[in-house]
Amino acid sequence: MPCADDAQRIAAEARRALDICNACRFCDGYCAVFPALKSRRSMSVEDLTFLSNLCHNCRSCYHACQYAPPHAFDLNLPKSLSLVRQQSYRDHVWPPLLRGRVPHAGWSAVAAMAAVVLSAVALVVVPALLWVPPETLFARQSGPGAFYRLVPWKIIAGVAGGAMLWSLIAIGFSVASFWRGMGPAPAGVPLLPALRDALSDAATLRNLGGGGAGCNDRDDGFSQARRRFHHALFYGVALCFASTGVATVYDHLLGWPAPYPPASLPVLFGSLGGVGMVIGTAGLALLKLRADPAPVAASLTGADCALLALLFLVAASGLGLMALRETAAMGPLLLVHLGLVLGWFATLPYSKSLHAPFRFAALLRAAMERRGRGRG
Amino acid sequence: MTRVSCDCDVLVVGGGNAALCAAIAARRAGAAVLLLEAAPKSLRGGNARHSRNMRVMHDAPTPWVRGCYPADDYRADLQRVAGAAATSADGGLARRFIDASADILDWLAGNGVRFHRGTDDVLPYSRKTAFFLGGGKALVNALYATAEALGVVVRYDSAVRALHLRDGPPAVTVGDAGIAIRAGALVVASGGFQADPGWLRRQWGGAAGAVTVRGTPHATGVPLKALLEEGADPVGAADRCHVVAVDGRAPPFDGGIVTRLDGLPHGIVVDRDGRRFADEGAVVGPSRYTAWGELVAHCPGAVAFSVFDSAIAGRFRPSIFPAIQADSVGGLASALGIGPPALESTVAAFNAAVAGGGATAGIHPPKTRLAAPVTVPPFGAYPVRAGVTSTCLGVRVDGLARVLRPDGTAIDGVHAAGIIMAPNILGTGYLAGSAMTIGAVFGRIAGREAAAHALR
Repeated sequence: MPCADDAQRIAAEARRALDICNACRFCDGYCAVFPALKSRRSMSVEDLTFLSNLCHNCRSCYHACQYAPPHAFDLNLPKSLSLVRQQSYRDHVWPPLLRGRVPHAGWSAVAAMAAVVLSAVALVVVPALLWVPPETLFARQSGPGAFYRLVPWKIIAGVAGGAMLWSLIAIGFSVASFWRGMGPAPAGVPLLPALRDALSDAATLRNLGGGGAGCNDRDDGFSQARRRFHHALFYGVALCFASTGVATVYDHLLGWPAPYPPASLPVLFGSLGGVGMVIGTAGLALLKLRADPAPVAASLTGADCALLALLFLVAASGLGLMALRETAAMGPLLLVHLGLVLGWFATLPYSKSLHAPFRFAALLRAAMERRGRGRG
Repeated sequence: MTRVSCDCDVLVVGGGNAALCAAIAARRAGAAVLLLEAAPKSLRGGNARHSRNMRVMHDAPTPWVRGCYPADDYRADLQRVAGAAATSADGGLARRFIDASADILDWLAGNGVRFHRGTDDVLPYSRKTAFFLGGGKALVNALYATAEALGVVVRYDSAVRALHLRDGPPAVTVGDAGIAIRAGALVVASGGFQADPGWLRRQWGGAAGAVTVRGTPHATGVPLKALLEEGADPVGAADRCHVVAVDGRAPPFDGGIVTRLDGLPHGIVVDRDGRRFADEGAVVGPSRYTAWGELVAHCPGAVAFSVFDSAIAGRFRPSIFPAIQADSVGGLASALGIGPPALESTVAAFNAAVAGGGATAGIHPPKTRLAAPVTVPPFGAYPVRAGVTSTCLGVRVDGLARVLRPDGTAIDGVHAAGIIMAPNILGTGYLAGSAMTIGAVFGRIAGREAAAHALR
């Protein structure tokens, strides 16, 4: 757990780096961080919070940096901002009681996530083993309502929904705290156009475009791989939620209980989304492992990979369930999949997942500033 | 000395912008190319690493530069800074250079270099220069990637110790082991000699010890000296260099653009005896960096101090180094190593002379613009030194980038590109963004001609 001294050291280092960047400005065309930097003469704590979350960690600025090591200035902006960003997750955790107590870096973060996810899996599997007769649990199930004969829908919806609700509330409070943490928003800027800009930036990951050719995923060569893998993951997750949403409508409004045939919308969305998540998580993890280690904050790699691994397992278990749902493996797979999903929902406000709402908030703030400067 | 026969048609000495353009052009012309970069890989690219733009002629807007910059305007700008070099005997060379600058961006883009779009509003508006996306190091990375993909052999940590041009094809001696490499033709693109403190001291005396070098520590001028000793005709001047005013705490090498001091015209500038010595308001535009570099280089000890109060401090971009601060002018003087009474009397006299309209009255030297009293504590100061970009001594070349003797004949198979021949175009002057264009244009010509010479 970083102590106050660490926090001050990390902030001082980021401030030193940004002051040099502000005097140089060669990287202006890479991403939104540099134009946002331009309007700031000195870096407050609020500015660091904002800019560190606006940074997409593409590392183009590191490979283009005339002051990167072995230069005497030893400038490493992506690494410096990664460390500040990780602190902002810690500082804005909700409830406040948990502030400084949730590990976001190092092996403790990996261990905490593994513990929560394993507990969630156990929470689903153990009662099922106790209450569902083994001949039902390991039987070949098929036909309408097969899933719910193992775990009643009300329990699935209640437990997962409860965890999700808690997480959404926690994330909401975290984002509100983070928004205030970026300092006062520019006054007199209409929100809707800025929101449109931010949505477009998030949906296209414009800031991973490096001004056209992509970014330095692995070394000083440019590629779009990271952007594409992240798209696969993000839109994969979105499709999986769409699948769940459609299934809920089918079940409760139209009275068609799951499982659904292969050509149905929930299965199509779910399969496509699951495949996207598997490709996205595997690709991102591979890029991470092969990346030039110099501009990376090594202490954060574990937590990043832990989230990727969890999402991979969620997707892979879902796809396995799809493929083997007519066999005796359906029961155990369903329990594991539900447990993993529950674990993911439970860790949303306390893991690297926070980067998504924080990044979006920073993009929105940047868009508001751009519009405030009259440069739509 | 061991003599190793090397399978290379064109040998490029240097690893910056001009050298890379030469290597790529020669390789594209079919030559086997070896490039010798004195720096290690992590610091490759010479001064190009610190550059950010290129000045190009264009008669209409291009994707990368707005408006237009006709050849006549370019020539007028060159004449303003270079004087005789651009107008007299070498006028033809300048004309050829300006014409060739028109398609150099396309050529570089075709070799992987990326530029800001002309419509980007993140940079200062310029109708004269195109900006490299990511700056000079991104350009250097792109050119190395292209050169290596084309099959240019790149050797780092390969400082050239000597040139052998007298009998047979040109050859060089490389590194501490003294390995000799012979080639069909040679391109020398190794920059100036600003990183050789001994040479600087011979030219400038004691002031040489007080300057910082803004770029690569590998520009020691060994190949330049060797060319001159082999009979190349010198151009430019050995005792002139391009300087800007930098924070005195800048590192001895590679400080680049960020150590420049922005605020000199806003406060007052004093020498180490606490005396003002120039009109701080005389130059407030982009040439203020160069103007102050020259002024400070001629101060006692080649050092000066930019002094301001807390009201003035808000009017300029602060240095990347913290201001030296004190609650009184005398305290500030002590912190700077200046006698407190001297600085106190300078500040008092200056404050008393500040009249209306931002100018002083009845004081010498006057301050003709931006004059404001230095009264609000805490008082701040930056030490100022001259930061050398490059020296202004080179070798004469013709339009094919061939190195010439004083009698006008070419040294067989020897070409030069970049700062080592830039005084042919710039004289001892400096025009923002033009040095990179000279490097690319003459690098491209030198590479092509060297290949033709080696493969004939």
